[in-house]
Amino acid sequence: MSMTPEEEAEFRRRQRSRNIALGLVLVGFVLLFYFITIARIGSH
Amino acid sequence: MEVSTTTATRLPAEWQDFFALTKPRVMSLVVFTGLCGLLAAPGHIHPVLGFTAVLCIAMGAGGAGALNQWWEADLDAGMKRTAGRPLPQGKMDRTSARDFGVALSVASVLIMGLAVGWLAAAILALSIFYYAVIYTIWLKPRTPQNIVIGGGAGAFPPLIGWVAVTGEITWMPVLLFAIIFMWTPPHFWALALFVKTDYAKVGIPMMPVVAGEDATRRQILVYSILLLPLSATPWFIGGAGPVYGIAALVLSGAFLLLSLPVAFRKRTGAEDAMKPEKRLFGFSVLYLFALFAALVADRLIWGQGMAS
Repeated sequence: MSMTPEEEAEFRRRQRSRNIALGLVLVGFVLLFYFITIARIGSH
Repeated sequence: MEVSTTTATRLPAEWQDFFALTKPRVMSLVVFTGLCGLLAAPGHIHPVLGFTAVLCIAMGAGGAGALNQWWEADLDAGMKRTAGRPLPQGKMDRTSARDFGVALSVASVLIMGLAVGWLAAAILALSIFYYAVIYTIWLKPRTPQNIVIGGGAGAFPPLIGWVAVTGEITWMPVLLFAIIFMWTPPHFWALALFVKTDYAKVGIPMMPVVAGEDATRRQILVYSILLLPLSATPWFIGGAGPVYGIAALVLSGAFLLLSLPVAFRKRTGAEDAMKPEKRLFGFSVLYLFALFAALVADRLIWGQGMAS
C-alpha cells in the first residue's frame, strides 16, 4: 500500500482541492440558511 | 505498471468528478424549466426563497443523476456517449457515487421543505424517486416505453417551481408537466435514432431497437402532433396570454414540420448522415427553452394573476 512520492503528492493535492471545495459548499450553506432565516422571519 | 492501475482507484476522486455525476448539462434544462415555473406562477415568493427552491430542484436533479450513474456504471462503460463518465473511467468508486447521490437528494428535499414548503418538497422527493428508482432501476431496462415513462421525471421541475410559489397544485402546473411529458419521447427518440447502435450493444430496449426504426419514426410524429394543441392549451384555458399562445403554436408548428421528414424517411444505409434526426433533436432543446421563456415573458407582459 506504499505510495511513491509522486503518488503521495497527487494524493495530497486531490485531498486538498476536495477539502477546499467542500469548505466552500459549507460556507455557502451557512450563508443560505442565514438568508433563509431572515426571509422567513421577515414574512411573518 | 501494475502500481499505476491500482493507485488509480485508490486516489480520492476530484471534486470535478462529483460535479460530473450531477449531469450538469441536463441540469441546465431542469434549472431553467423549474425557474420558469416559479416565475410564471401567480403570486409572490421572496427572492431568497425562490433562489432556494431552484437550488433544491437542481440539487435534487443532481442527486438523481448521480444515483442513475451509480446504478448504470456498467452500461455506461459500454456506450461511446457515456464511457467518459467518472465511474466507467474508474475515477471514483461506486459507493462514493451512491452516497453522494443519496446525500444530495435528501438534503434537497429537507431544505425545500424547511425553507419553501412541504408540498413542493414532497413533489421533489417523488420526482427523485421516479427518476432514480421507477425509471432507472425498474423500467428503463425492461420496456421500450421507458422514455415515455422517464419523460415524467424531467417534467417535474416546472411543477415544483410553480408549487413553491402557490403552495397548491392547479391545472396550469399540471399542463406544464404534460407538455414536457409529451415533448420527451420525440426529443429522445430523435437522438436514439442516430445513436441506436450504442443502446443495442448494452441491451437497453430503446424503441428503435425493439420496435424498429419505422415504428419509432411514426411515434415521433404522433407525439409531435399531440404536442401542438397541448402546448397551446394554457392559452385556451386562460392560464397564459397570447404572447405565450402564439409562441407555442409557432414553436410546436416548427417542431411538427421538422418531425415530418423524420417520420416519412428511411435510413439510406450505414453511411446515412441522419441530418433530419439531428436537426429535430437540436431544435427540440431550443423548443423547450423558447417555450418556457415565452411563458415567463407572457406573464411579465400581461402580468397579474390570470386563472391558475
